[in-house]
Amino acid sequence: MSKWTQVCELKSIFPATGVCALVEGKQVAVFRPSEESQVYAINNMDPFARANVLSRGLICQHQEQLWVASPLKKQRFNLLDGSCLENTEVNVEAYKARVTDGFVEVHL
Amino acid sequence: MNKQKLVIIGNGMVGHRFIEDFVDKADLDKFEITAFCEEPRVAYDRVHLSSYFSHHTADELSLVKEGFYAKHNIEVLIGERALTINRHEKVIHSQTGRAVYYDKLIMATGSYPWVPAIKGNESKDCFVYRTIEDLNAIEATARRSKKGVVVGGGLLGLEAAGALKALGVETHVIEFAPVLMAEQLDFQGGQMLRQKIESIGVNVHTGKNTQEIIASGETARNTMKFADGSQLEVDFIVFSTGIRPQDKLAKQCGLATARRGGITINNQCKTSDPDVYAIGECASWNEKFFGLVAPGYNMAKVVADDILCRENEFTGADMSAKLKLLGVDVGSIGDANGRTPNCKSYVYLDENSSTYKRIIVSEDGKSLLGAVLVGDTESYSNLLQYTLNDIELPKHPDSLILPEHAGCGDAGLGVDALPDSAQVCSCFDVKKSDIADAVSAGHSTIGAIKMETGAGTGCGGCIPLITQVLNAELTKQGVEVKNHICDHFEYSRQELFHLIRIEGIKTFTALLEKYGKGYGCEVCKPTVGSILASCWSDYVLSSDNNGLQDTNDIFLGNMQKDGTYSVIPRMAGGEVTPKGLAAVASVAEQYELYTKITGAQRIGLFGAHKSDLPDIWKQLIAAGFETGQAYAKALRMVKTCVGSTWCRFGVQDSVGLGVELENRYKGLRTPHKMKFGVSGCTRECAEAQGKDVGIIATDSGWNLYVCGNGGMKPQHAELLASDLDKQTLVKYLDRFMMFYVRTADKLTRTSVWLQNLSGGIDYLKEVIVDNKLGINKQLESDMADAIASYQCEWTATLSDQAQLQHFTHFINSDKQDDNVVFTPERGQKRPAFFDEKAPVYKIELEQV
Repeated sequence: MSKWTQVCELKSIFPATGVCALVEGKQVAVFRPSEESQVYAINNMDPFARANVLSRGLICQHQEQLWVASPLKKQRFNLLDGSCLENTEVNVEAYKARVTDGFVEVHL
Repeated sequence: MNKQKLVIIGNGMVGHRFIEDFVDKADLDKFEITAFCEEPRVAYDRVHLSSYFSHHTADELSLVKEGFYAKHNIEVLIGERALTINRHEKVIHSQTGRAVYYDKLIMATGSYPWVPAIKGNESKDCFVYRTIEDLNAIEATARRSKKGVVVGGGLLGLEAAGALKALGVETHVIEFAPVLMAEQLDFQGGQMLRQKIESIGVNVHTGKNTQEIIASGETARNTMKFADGSQLEVDFIVFSTGIRPQDKLAKQCGLATARRGGITINNQCKTSDPDVYAIGECASWNEKFFGLVAPGYNMAKVVADDILCRENEFTGADMSAKLKLLGVDVGSIGDANGRTPNCKSYVYLDENSSTYKRIIVSEDGKSLLGAVLVGDTESYSNLLQYTLNDIELPKHPDSLILPEHAGCGDAGLGVDALPDSAQVCSCFDVKKSDIADAVSAGHSTIGAIKMETGAGTGCGGCIPLITQVLNAELTKQGVEVKNHICDHFEYSRQELFHLIRIEGIKTFTALLEKYGKGYGCEVCKPTVGSILASCWSDYVLSSDNNGLQDTNDIFLGNMQKDGTYSVIPRMAGGEVTPKGLAAVASVAEQYELYTKITGAQRIGLFGAHKSDLPDIWKQLIAAGFETGQAYAKALRMVKTCVGSTWCRFGVQDSVGLGVELENRYKGLRTPHKMKFGVSGCTRECAEAQGKDVGIIATDSGWNLYVCGNGGMKPQHAELLASDLDKQTLVKYLDRFMMFYVRTADKLTRTSVWLQNLSGGIDYLKEVIVDNKLGINKQLESDMADAIASYQCEWTATLSDQAQLQHFTHFINSDKQDDNVVFTPERGQKRPAFFDEKAPVYKIELEQV
């Protein structure tokens, strides 16, 4: 079974930042890279430090794709698929995310 | 296979250099190497011996990399003196009774200070200036003395006088000859040097022949009597009246020695016994011995080559020198006194700025024979290249020493004119072609060139020339020096700073549109954020800049390994009231925060949930605290010692100054974090010389040191200016801080910034003190603006509802992060290890 969960208004995420949402008991990092309505969602836990911090990382562009750099040791995780730029054996879960009527929704 | 036994007697600069060179060149499996080291420590840098007074660590001077001897299986007999050599049996006996056999012996016994036979010179107030032990003894005596004298106005004597001056005693220099530095300077040059030295408060007495030292006096412990009937009362005396080759051991074993002393050597540095070599100051070549280190290094190379059957020979040495004595630049090249028959001179004298330059040219005016430079040695490298490479002089040789405003154009010898074989660094014999090769191999910074070739790591006098060669080579090879901050901006931090400032750019987006490409990244975003903050002093939290800041800057705390934050209120200068302490304690108890005194003389509270930060800070601000910016690339703190207010040794109020400076510069965003230290006296309890800015009290003001650094690569700060009054000190600091903010690359500490600043500390002095770039007014007014716009970031945040919303852990729930778990330890708490929190985590999941 799958469903979309509404997490917050789009405007409550400052452009170029992320927030953390609680979705079905999971910590989800939701990112809004720019003024536009495009959002991304991945798991909030930094797998290296095992701390829930990814939503507080800086969004960055490398190899023409968007990533978030962990605020702890700066490993970068792909916003689309959760893969790690520094270590191909590590990745975090990535989720579907969208904006509907000004609200951000996440699909686990 | 029998290994060949090499024994080196003497572990000074040259003895060690031989080992280094040999290790580089030889197959060490074939050799067994033993070195005698009579001093209690391995080789150290005697050229910079005086710097020992400012840092007091023998390690700092050491020339031997840790583990070097062990790694190469070289036995160094520390504290052991070779007593006798039996050349027949090829064995050396030491004072411990040890017998060491050799196949080849290298004597590097150096020299000893020569002290004239003056009655009373054996007093315990008389010293020489050669070893670290000598320096320790001089310093101990200086502490209980008011007046010190150096006998000998040569190079080393003036160096010693500088040291006495720095130790704070009234300093006198006695010279037998009518002029200072008679070896290196002509009469006029010596006079100019004397004037300059006297103007900084050193008393110079020339033409004085000391006859007797009497152990009594009215105002000091001793009285010196001179041949002309005059006398001088002093507490202690340092003799620096020349050196003599240490050839005692050579004489004992019957090696040939020269008339004026020194072990006689040939062009292969072999003594009269083909299995014994002599190198450095103990050796005499063509009846000459060399008191400089560079010729010794060359001899060391020759011997290493000879043992390995490679061709090389010693053909004499250039005794030119460029140095800074008591703050005065002095240079001497070749025939400085114009003794060559029929030579001609050109002289430039400027009494206004105390500059004297003279060049001595050959009769036909085509080659440069020698030069004397006092007060300005900028042309030294150029002139030296003319003599060393016998380059033909320009039509008007005087253009080489005339100042720029004389309008004869840039007479500088382009580095292109130098042959590839030109020696650029004489200490390590590095040629222009060596540097060119290193550049081709991809070494494109001064630091890399130094590391690769060794050039510039001796006396450092050739660094400007290395820089020129480096730049010329880079241009030649079409290499563009790239210091772009990342893929999104093809500019350095410094260039971005100017663009932002000049064009008044206020946002990252605007900058990216105009000068960048793509989206930006974790490198350029915070860099630009920091520049915007230092240029426009915008509240760092304005939401436009939110996406640029590291989490530390957004949530105004340092993120810890488990995602919690630290809380560090400012305690300027390390001061805190009992009431303040109680407020901190109450917050820490309420939120169960781990509490510790940090390395920066303040109190850190750790383990705060992001969502608790606003409440915690509300309470701290109500108790009179403000943010300590411990999370920011900014001035962190000013460490102070107690100072004259309480301390019985203190000479100035270091805490007062520290508090004032911390409050002046707090919050200013800098390329990297900055730390200050202020010490109330020369005991330096605040460790100011290990800080970006170090200030040490003197009897008459403050000494300002800059660009020191603890951390990963400790670096002593360098003296920028001395005996400043507070107003001048603050003015220099304003300029220094802003100049650093303007010009440093991203995440560059001041120490590294200074290393990369061509011209180093001297250039920095010219900018800060002499306003060389003419920007000081601007720097000061920029700083005034930054200071005026300071606000406590936490106070501002607490009144900003939009920002406060982002402090909850979840955007859609009031819960806290259940993965933050603590374990008790020593009466407080710490983050739980993974295996400690796994069970807790499971239970939580089951509940969900």
